[in-house]
Amino acid sequence: MTPFLYERAADRQGALALGARAGASYLGGGTNLVDLMRETIAHPELLVDVTGLSREIEDTPEGGLRIGAGVKNTAVAGDRRVRQRYPLLAQAILAGASAQIRNMATTGGNILQRTRCAYFYDDAARCNKRAPGAGCDAVEGFNRIHAILGASPACVATHPSDMCVALAALEATVTLEGQDGGREIAFADLHRLPGETPEVETQLRPGELITAVTLPPNGLAARSTYRKVRDRASYAFALVSVAAGLELEGGVIGDVRLALGGVAHKPWRAHAAEAALKGRPATESVFREAAEAELAPARPLRDNGFKIELARRVIVDTLVKLARTEETV
Amino acid sequence: MSFVQEAMQAVMKKAIALAPDGWIPGGHPDPLMREKHGLIGASISRIDGPLKVAGQARFAAEFPMEGLTYAALRHSTIARGRIVSLDTTQAEAAPGVVLVMTHLNAPRLKPTPPFGSKPQAAGGDDVPVMQDDRIHWNGQPVAVVLAETQDQADHAQSLIRVQYEVQGGVTSLDAARAQGPEPGKFQGELLKVEIKDAEALFAAAPVKVDAVYRTPPHNHNPIELHAATLAWEGDELRVHDATQAVAHAAWTLSQVFDIKEAQVHVTSPFVGGGFGSKTLWQHQILAAAAARLAGRPVRIVVSREGVFRIVGGRALTEQRVAIGAQQDGGFDAIIHTGLTVMTPHNAMTEPFIVATRSAYAAKSFKLEVDTVKLNMVANTFMRAPGEAVGTFALESAIDELAAELGMDPIALRSRNEPEQDPTNGLPFSQRGVEQAWKTGAERFGWETRNATPGATRDGDWLVGVGCATATYPYYRMAGGAARIILDRTGRAVVEIAAHEMGMGTATAHTQVVAERLGLSLDQVEFRYGDTAFPGLVLAGGSQQTASIGSAVIVAHRTLVTELLKLAGNDSPLAGLKPDEVGGLDGGLCKLDEPGRCESYASILARAQRETLTVEGEAPPPLELQHWSMHSHGAMFCEVRVNAITGETRVSRFLGSFDCGRILNAKTAASQFRGGIIMGLGLALMEDAQFDERTGRIMNPSLAEYHVPVHMDVPEIEVMWTDEPDPHAPMGARGIGEIGITGVGAAVANAVFNATGKRVRDLPITLDKLL
Repeated sequence: MTPFLYERAADRQGALALGARAGASYLGGGTNLVDLMRETIAHPELLVDVTGLSREIEDTPEGGLRIGAGVKNTAVAGDRRVRQRYPLLAQAILAGASAQIRNMATTGGNILQRTRCAYFYDDAARCNKRAPGAGCDAVEGFNRIHAILGASPACVATHPSDMCVALAALEATVTLEGQDGGREIAFADLHRLPGETPEVETQLRPGELITAVTLPPNGLAARSTYRKVRDRASYAFALVSVAAGLELEGGVIGDVRLALGGVAHKPWRAHAAEAALKGRPATESVFREAAEAELAPARPLRDNGFKIELARRVIVDTLVKLARTEETV
Repeated sequence: MSFVQEAMQAVMKKAIALAPDGWIPGGHPDPLMREKHGLIGASISRIDGPLKVAGQARFAAEFPMEGLTYAALRHSTIARGRIVSLDTTQAEAAPGVVLVMTHLNAPRLKPTPPFGSKPQAAGGDDVPVMQDDRIHWNGQPVAVVLAETQDQADHAQSLIRVQYEVQGGVTSLDAARAQGPEPGKFQGELLKVEIKDAEALFAAAPVKVDAVYRTPPHNHNPIELHAATLAWEGDELRVHDATQAVAHAAWTLSQVFDIKEAQVHVTSPFVGGGFGSKTLWQHQILAAAAARLAGRPVRIVVSREGVFRIVGGRALTEQRVAIGAQQDGGFDAIIHTGLTVMTPHNAMTEPFIVATRSAYAAKSFKLEVDTVKLNMVANTFMRAPGEAVGTFALESAIDELAAELGMDPIALRSRNEPEQDPTNGLPFSQRGVEQAWKTGAERFGWETRNATPGATRDGDWLVGVGCATATYPYYRMAGGAARIILDRTGRAVVEIAAHEMGMGTATAHTQVVAERLGLSLDQVEFRYGDTAFPGLVLAGGSQQTASIGSAVIVAHRTLVTELLKLAGNDSPLAGLKPDEVGGLDGGLCKLDEPGRCESYASILARAQRETLTVEGEAPPPLELQHWSMHSHGAMFCEVRVNAITGETRVSRFLGSFDCGRILNAKTAASQFRGGIIMGLGLALMEDAQFDERTGRIMNPSLAEYHVPVHMDVPEIEVMWTDEPDPHAPMGARGIGEIGITGVGAAVANAVFNATGKRVRDLPITLDKLL
């Protein structure tokens, strides 16, 4: 680990002032950043601890929830309002990491966690994300956990978060604060696809701080679920995960939300599938068509071709089960 | 007759004279094996439990030393070649740095004697340790930094700039294969058995299976990282090591540093898991060399990644198993051949055929292991080397054959139960595998299974059951020795250079010694883990208990002889011979006249002795010359495989074991369960990702190298026959490794029963079941 300075931000303005310094990184729970520092992948010169800020979950006037960026993952998953109104978010968080890590990890930090690509984590390997232009050793290496959608020749890494898949489905918004003021952006726009610049992972500007995530009110969110498929029963990243919400009107699909995890450089909102579902009868064959529409552009690598079939199956099965639950409501 | 032969004969003669009769044909077994109501077999909690719970058990990296420095290693990033340049200036200037050692300034060292080259050798490989610019594997240490704190050392090593020149190197299996295989050897023996023309009998058999099974490389992940705290005191080296071989480590270090064995003092009171990995690797040597150069004590704790880089694991295997049978299930031919990898710098072949040599009767056998060489960290012993992966192939093939025959797989195994060792013809010392199968099947409810694959479903989950034979041999290595010190208060101390890695050694042997001497548990102290004590005892090959037990038997016999001498003519024991007395109630009693006794305290007091100290050396393992000695287990597994995602969850597991007498029911159950859990990892997830382009392991962390988490482990039931082996000390065969054997096949066979899919390529990940 490279030596660094540590400052605990007293308030938001203080955090932003410190965060504007060269080489500064905001520190949440540290469950990923500190790992990366130990592995000498990340070398911040200054850690600005923002865990003391934004620690509330508040009802919004519109009937949604505003989750402070410093709220621990465990606290979000345990919040009664979250569990009742956005069960898929609680399920997604609890499907991730371990209890100990969730007790440390913050909402903002979870959003900004880095990929688990082995070649990103090994400074002896080539990685365009770590060293732009160096090349990518994952394309022809171990890529079982890598992307099938939206990848580029420069980078085939995936975003590892479970929570973010739920946030993508819920159409959350993210509040950002910078020295020039604050702004809100759609969660779906926060993370980027790799393209030619995989080192730029989000739309965050230098020094900008995530202060909150806002969940809009949505009746559909209460009829939602998160399904994660992984290599062991706990403490493993998703091979494929599905966050889904479904609203039926007399057997016909009204509103629908579908997002995938473990398949792309960002939490993957399945717009093509949603379009293929809306207004159609809630049958298995329709679900299958929708899954296939979403996965049509999927491209397998050496080790991850199974994810295409797995994603298809999990999308269909998740929708079948949601539809069944809906019918019995 | 040569000098060597004469010497051997003399040794054997002496050995036979000293050996309990049970170790040679026609003799009497260890009387302890019949004790049914005493301490043998009792469920006694670990005597070191309170210390461990309170955090007071001192592990290798916890010994304080004055002026300690902390070490960090820098590892190579190429598999073969040389170091072109090493720039250590920044590292040397970093805060707290005491020393940067590279091949340019390291002390001159002798080659490390690798395992097997001498009885005391403990080296994982024979690569010169930081003596030149040559790189032999990706991950080899190229520099050591000593600093005032661990963080300073870790940081400074990252500042070293190394440039390499890649020179060839074989890092892919195909390239290694192209160089041609060589015959594999294990413990000096060629891994090859040919009995009749197995290929011809196989070809002619009416029913057959013929399949290739693959197992990936595995890495060691004991909870306690490899570590040592050490210092030079003049010309003497003191090492607090995490090792399963204190005496071997001391001797090997003495060879490397060209000093006398007695100048190296190794202790290892507690080890946080070994599994075959806690031997002598480069880290102890580098730490000792750096300590000498810096003139200060050193603590080295290898990082988790470092363990993947410098400590070898289990080599990959590619095994063909072909079995030809008659319609009634009788085997005409067993063919078990294939390939494993090793390195140019070690001599360890993953011996995957060893279980097949003694498992089943057949008219013919062809068993053979070929090896090819990769430039990688030297592979090594990992819990049941050979059997863990060999039984996956063999016991899967048995299951495939049973399906082919439409027979119950247990009945098929029973049909081929051998009367004597099928490949060397020796009688079995004791073999209760059929009993283990019977009681296990009853308990598990095997008869209620649905034999039709893919036919049992519970919601989304396909449910299946499978079984397999577990097996591990009895070993006893030469070198066991023990000291017993009896004092006037009637307390006994036993000293032996053995190891407690969490197995329960100290507890079980306290029980054994107490029972043998007729003392209570609190009157016995078992001291171990220190080269100040006698014995060359490896905590490996599941043989430590036999090694300790046999040494204590000899020492005890000497003790009794000496006590009878001291007792003299005024004692109630006067005139009795050692064979006529035994330990009881704190003294010696005539065996067939329990009232004729004298306490140890009384004997010593009358003789005006404070203590009586005796030593004994275990005889060579003659029992292995006369009998085929093997433990067995019947493993039963129930799995649930998700019909949509292919996820496999083990929902039930039962192991029914036949391992001779069980010395401590509680610690034995933990050993069995621990082995089974490790076997679940082998079956479902363990997989070291060796990048064939670079020879680099790409998942060197517990986040990405998967072992079972709590939620992957169901309730595991264990049971045992407790039938004593009359030719083993205490009637007990070792139990440390058998638990992992057979698990891979039991899981794979259950997956087949659940899904109809036969996975022959471990680990059984969900993509193989979609």
